[in-house]
Amino acid sequence: MLDTLGVSGIEELFAHLPAEVRFERTLDIPAGKSEYDIVDYFRARGEENANGYANFLGAGVYHHYRPVLVDTVVSRGEFLTSYTPYQAEISQGTLTTIFEFQTMICQLTGMDAANASMYDGSSALPEAAMMAMRVTGRDRVLVARSVHPEYREVLRTYALHQGMEVEEFGYDAESGLIDTADLDKKVNGQTAAVVLQSPNFFGIIENVKQAAAIAHAHGALLVFMFTEAVSLGLLEPPRDADIVAGELQSFAIPPSYGGPFAGILACKEKFIRQIPGRLVGETKDAHGNRAFCLTLSTREQHIRREKATSNICTNQALIALMATVFMTIYGKQGLRELASQNLSKAHYLAGKVRRRFSGPFFNEFAAVCNGRDAEKINQSLEKKKIVGGLALDRFYPELKNTMLLCCTEMIRRPQMDAVAEAFETAK
Amino acid sequence: MYPENFRYTKEHEWVNVEGDTGTVGITSHAQEELGDIVYVDLPKVGSTAEKGKTLGSVESVKAVSDIYAPVSGEVVAVNELLATAPEKLNEDPHGLAWLVKIKLSAPAEAQELLSAADYQAYVGAE
Repeated sequence: MLDTLGVSGIEELFAHLPAEVRFERTLDIPAGKSEYDIVDYFRARGEENANGYANFLGAGVYHHYRPVLVDTVVSRGEFLTSYTPYQAEISQGTLTTIFEFQTMICQLTGMDAANASMYDGSSALPEAAMMAMRVTGRDRVLVARSVHPEYREVLRTYALHQGMEVEEFGYDAESGLIDTADLDKKVNGQTAAVVLQSPNFFGIIENVKQAAAIAHAHGALLVFMFTEAVSLGLLEPPRDADIVAGELQSFAIPPSYGGPFAGILACKEKFIRQIPGRLVGETKDAHGNRAFCLTLSTREQHIRREKATSNICTNQALIALMATVFMTIYGKQGLRELASQNLSKAHYLAGKVRRRFSGPFFNEFAAVCNGRDAEKINQSLEKKKIVGGLALDRFYPELKNTMLLCCTEMIRRPQMDAVAEAFETAK
Repeated sequence: MYPENFRYTKEHEWVNVEGDTGTVGITSHAQEELGDIVYVDLPKVGSTAEKGKTLGSVESVKAVSDIYAPVSGEVVAVNELLATAPEKLNEDPHGLAWLVKIKLSAPAEAQELLSAADYQAYVGAE
C-alpha cells in the first residue's frame, strides 16, 4: 500500500505533521501475546468476578434469572448484526418484534401506546417530563425524593437546557410513601407533571390513584416510574397515570456494569402525538395481509426536524428484544409466579430484621442496621460469598445505618438467614 | 367557490371577521393539495396568535403543513369537532371545519389580506 502511495514508510506518511503534535516515544504497552496467552489472561481476570455469590443489591439493577432462550434468539444474525431499519417496512421481522414489545408493555402498564423503547429508565424519565410540558404548556416538574436518586440527576441534567424547573417533594419518614401533604403544598397551576416511582427507591409500593387525583386536581399529569419491572407481574397496572416511564433491566438484561439497558415510555392515547421515538403500527399490505409499519412519524426528526418531539431517534432494539423474548417466555402466569417468589422471599427476610419503613413493599426494603455499620455487615457477608445491600446514606444522609436489601428469585433461604444473622453479629 | 366576505392569505388560510372576532380556517385549495387529512393540531384557548406565525399544523396522509395565523389576537375558541373528525376539513373547509376563533388585537390586519377574487386568481395561477 505504501508503494502505491509512493512513500517509503510510515514515517514519511506522517511527515507533514508538525513535530510538536507528534508522539515521539513508543507506546508503553506490553509486546504482542499469543492467542493462548490472551485467552488465559482473560479467563484469569474473569475468575476474579464474584461468580456464584448471592446478591442482595437492588436499587435499580436487579439480579434475576436469564432464560437460556433469550440469548439463543438475540444472537441470531438477523437481529444481532442488523442496523436500525431505515427502509423500515422491508424489515417486517424487526417491526413484528417491536410491535409485540409495544403490545406487551401496554398490557403490563395499562397504557394505550408504548414506543419502541428508550436508552434506559433514567433517560425515559426526562422524556416523560418533557412530554408533560408539551401537553400542558407548563414548565414545572415535581419529582418525589423517593424516585431513584440517579434518575433525578439525569432529569436535572435534561432540565438545564429545556426551560424545565425541577422541584422535589418529600417522603413520609414513617411509611416511606410519598408525603402527600408536601405534594399538595407544592403542586400548583404551573406544574406540568408530578413524578413518582413505585415500588419507590426504598421498595415501597405507592398509592398511584391518590397521587393521580392530586396531580389532576391541578391540571398536571402524573408520570409513573418503575425500576423493577418484575413488580408489574403482581401489582395493579398504573392505569391512573398519564405517562409511564421505566427500566426493563429486570427482564433478562444483564447488569453489565450498568448498561446497556432498555427503557420504556408509554402513555394514554390522547398524548400519543407527544410521545418521542419510533412507534410501530399494524396495517395491511397491498394483498390484504397483516403487516407492520412505522406510524405517526411526523413526531420524529427525520420528517420535521425543528418540530420533532425529541432528539431521541435511537432505541435499544436488541436489548429491548431480550425483554420481549423474556416476556414471551414467562407470559402472564409465569411473570405472576416470578413476582410472587420475589415477594415471598423479601417478606421472609424482612421478618427477620427491623424494617425502616412501614409501607407495603415488593422485593426490596430498607433495614435498620441495629447500630452497626452497613459496610461492616457487608464485609462480614462477603466472606460467605454474599453481596450485601446498599447503605442508603450514600444518597439520603438522613438515613444513617440503614441498608436497602433486595431478594429476587435467585436468593435461597440459607443466604437470607446469613444476612439476618450478620445484622445481629457483624463487628 | 371562495366566500366573498372572507379574506385569504398566500399560505392558504382564510379569516372571516365578524365584529371583533375572526374565524380562521384553511382553504378548499389547501385541503385539496394536502389530500386526506388525518390530524389537526390546534393551539389552546387563551393562547396568543401572531399574524404570520405558526398557529398549528394539519397532517394529511402525505404531508404535515403548518398553519399560519392570518390575524393577531387571543385564541378564544378551537373547533373541537376536528379532534375526532379531521376528515371534515376535506369535506367542508369553509364552513363546519373552521379551526379557531381569534379575538382581534389589530382589526386592520385583515384588510391587508387577499380578497376572494384575488385569492382565486392567485391559486389559479399557482
